[in-house]
Amino acid sequence: MSKHRELGLTDFEYDLIVEKMGREPNEVELAVFSLMWSEHCGYKHSRPLLKTLPVEGPRLVMGPGENAGAVDVGNGLSCAFKVESHNHPSAVEPFQGAATGVGGILRDIFAIGARPIAILDSLRFGEVADSARSRYLLEHAVAGIGHYGNSIGIATVGGEIYFEEPYEQNCLVNAMAVGLIETDELIKSAAAGVGNVVVLFGARTGRDGIGGASVLASAELDADMEKRPTVQIGDPFEEKKLLECSLELLDRKLLVALQDLGAAGITSSSAEMAAKGEVGLDLHVRRVPLREQDMHPFEIMISESQERMLCVVEPDRVDEVLAVCAKWEVNGTAIGEVTDTRRLRVFDGDELVGDLPVTALVDECPTYTLEPAEPTTPLYPAPPKRIDTEDPGEILLALLGSANLASRKAVFEQYDSLVGSRTVRRPEQADAAVLLLPDPANGDRLTSLAPPRDDDAPKPAIAVSIDGNGRRVAADPYRGAVEAVLECSANLACVGAEPLGLTNCLNFGNPEKPHIAWQFSRAIAGLGDACRAFGIPVVGGNVSLYNEGASGPIYPTPVVGLVGELPDARKSGRLAFQHAGDVVAIVAADSWAPSNAASELSKLRGEVVEGPLPQADLGELKALHAAIRQAVRSGSLSSAHDVAEGGVAVTLAESAIHSGLGATIGRLEDLFGEGPGAFIVTGPADAITAFGAAAKVIGEVGGDTLIIEGAISVPVADLERAFTGGLADLLH
Amino acid sequence: MKFGVVRFPGTCDEVDAYLAASRVGDAEILWHADPDLKGVDAVIVPGGFSYGDHLRVGAIARFAPVMAEVERFAAGGGLVLGICNGFQVLCEAGLLPGALLPNTSLKFTCRQVDLEVVNASTSWTNATAVGDTLSIPAKHTTGRYYASDATLDELEANGQVVLRYAAGHNFNGSVRDIAGVSNKAGNVVGLMPHPEHAVDPLTGSADGLKLFASAAAVPA
Repeated sequence: MSKHRELGLTDFEYDLIVEKMGREPNEVELAVFSLMWSEHCGYKHSRPLLKTLPVEGPRLVMGPGENAGAVDVGNGLSCAFKVESHNHPSAVEPFQGAATGVGGILRDIFAIGARPIAILDSLRFGEVADSARSRYLLEHAVAGIGHYGNSIGIATVGGEIYFEEPYEQNCLVNAMAVGLIETDELIKSAAAGVGNVVVLFGARTGRDGIGGASVLASAELDADMEKRPTVQIGDPFEEKKLLECSLELLDRKLLVALQDLGAAGITSSSAEMAAKGEVGLDLHVRRVPLREQDMHPFEIMISESQERMLCVVEPDRVDEVLAVCAKWEVNGTAIGEVTDTRRLRVFDGDELVGDLPVTALVDECPTYTLEPAEPTTPLYPAPPKRIDTEDPGEILLALLGSANLASRKAVFEQYDSLVGSRTVRRPEQADAAVLLLPDPANGDRLTSLAPPRDDDAPKPAIAVSIDGNGRRVAADPYRGAVEAVLECSANLACVGAEPLGLTNCLNFGNPEKPHIAWQFSRAIAGLGDACRAFGIPVVGGNVSLYNEGASGPIYPTPVVGLVGELPDARKSGRLAFQHAGDVVAIVAADSWAPSNAASELSKLRGEVVEGPLPQADLGELKALHAAIRQAVRSGSLSSAHDVAEGGVAVTLAESAIHSGLGATIGRLEDLFGEGPGAFIVTGPADAITAFGAAAKVIGEVGGDTLIIEGAISVPVADLERAFTGGLADLLH
Repeated sequence: MKFGVVRFPGTCDEVDAYLAASRVGDAEILWHADPDLKGVDAVIVPGGFSYGDHLRVGAIARFAPVMAEVERFAAGGGLVLGICNGFQVLCEAGLLPGALLPNTSLKFTCRQVDLEVVNASTSWTNATAVGDTLSIPAKHTTGRYYASDATLDELEANGQVVLRYAAGHNFNGSVRDIAGVSNKAGNVVGLMPHPEHAVDPLTGSADGLKLFASAAAVPA
């Protein structure tokens, strides 16, 4: 096979490269092109669709195109955030794959100057109850996330996990990071200033991750494990030093530009910096500190060794930069210069071994028009039947004990959710995590330490949530994707937060296949429409395609991460019942029409995954979320919890389990149906009355049993037992 | 009262410890490579993963230039608190008895735990009373306190067991439910749970503040 095909380039792409180069590329140049024009770096099947997403918003500070997006969170602060996939490496080696996924997304945050404060994860595996491989992947991916996040000292505050057969061969590991920065300190990645010096700092460069972007991230994963050497190895201690070193360099205003090294290593970082700055770069590969001495120039250029950054520095500041690196015990090496050539030139000693046009590399990767076609038969086999009962109490216990709905405590207890001392709502306390912001009234600066001041001033905070239900997107790609946005927004509403910006990670199968192209294009249309209706800008994200193998594609899985703000963290909502005697009400949109389509109950019953999902009236839901948010912010409610998987019955059960309090509820029309547009709230009667007609009183908190008239009467202790053991009992 | 908070490469909780101490006094960060305590009245060795936990938890940090000063300071009766990794470092340095072993689960666990005050007369617990319950989070992989039975008997006889996990809260398997110990003089205390994360009811509990307030009340 010819070299370019081995590297994942088509004949058409190779011919285009020859045309742009004006000659045949050499080995180094071909390696660089193959990575920059890979799906992972070049977005060649997704760019036209991504351009349809809304990127404008009143609070937007930094949109797509930089290492991470950012929104204004008030008082001169911005919140930077992004979600990214590390699916294929995690399928090959789950511990390191997940760990380096966390490491990579954290570097994106501090590359723009922000201090990372939180991590969230979205994970998908095969049926954990049936598959030893899925249990192995889950346990090791969770351990890897914990290892990296805990060791670097950044709180893992939330996430979600689903188990479905289509993820058996292609697990998903998406990591989201959130950081804070003073808005006027945000740094961009454009190289500038001809004659400025390019400094590489961080870990040494080795052979790990050679070609990961093209080989792992941009093609279907074979069953064989031959690809293990392309998985990177993470070192959170090295990254902790790199983080502190980077932030000190920025704090001392020593850098012109900063960029992290991710997929395709020095190649993509330097090419992107040069392209954005409309300059050229000369790089000297022999100056790069190596782990192995006999590395070929192309290996040095494309190595994906972790924990490295690239910066541009004015010549007379280089010594100062290297001194800061030395203080943090981080390697720092000047490896090149900024030129006016618009070319990325690679030197091996005095020899020019690669001479590449920057614009062609970064901006002229060909894009392909998808050819979507709606499938005429179901793409996915029906899940195995797990229950055979019509008794609502038994169904409720089965749902609470199912792997998808059971408590995630066995997982989230392996994460430090508290470091930073800003976590106001921890996992399972509320529908979204709530994190205190520095209080400028208190003189808090991110870069200095101000003693806290106890007073009665409001405590501004942000809330974060991540969500995406692949089975529902599989059933109805457009409405399923709309629901991902709605679910995150509903989660934020329940703690009292208003959405400011959204990041997404689009996990799909092979887009060259028409039915995958159809899922992909319909899902992006849904995301875009939901974001436009809610006025939420998409600040950036990531695409992971080719998640399929011999057994078929994954469920189409657009994962949405949402950041919002709340004026006073002291009034953050909780999901658990608080007081016996409180009124229980359902607050629902007129358009709320829960159904059994693609629900958790339909899955337990072994029903085929098919739509349509209930239609959401986006305008009405925006108003509903605002009403919930206002009620929570007023502090009048005791609890707020959105109706999601498992329907009203599971929502009530969760509020009961986390409080130990039961409730007596009247007759309900629908127990387990799913569809966006409803919340369960509790509080004193007058707090409920304030909602007006949208709220319907359904019962009262109290006792130690959850009673739903004519359907369910189960002690809370039994609910808790099913919920607690459902996942934990499957793990070691 | 001025607290100094040590920062090693890989320390994670120094800012939290600094802010907690700032609620009851002044605070300053002490850099691991500087053998200088900057005239502080109390030293906090905070949590984290100093030197990446390489070799063995706390084993490398114990040789940092600042630690020689901390040892001198402790020997002279200076107040020293080790939290989590800091506790591990103080045990490695021989400032506290015993050692921390991997949790029986072998897993990192982050959980709010109840602690029972056993000795309320140390420099770091004098604002509490014996029998008080403190709700403080713990988060670690290597927090199983261990010492020989003879040593444990001696610690108990000397009042050096300062804090115990309440019934049902000893998730790491520590011997005799020990969560925190002191040296014989009571000026050096170490514990696995994180009082610096428990200084504000908004983030879960303010019980941890009592440890910092205790030290602040000790005449400088």
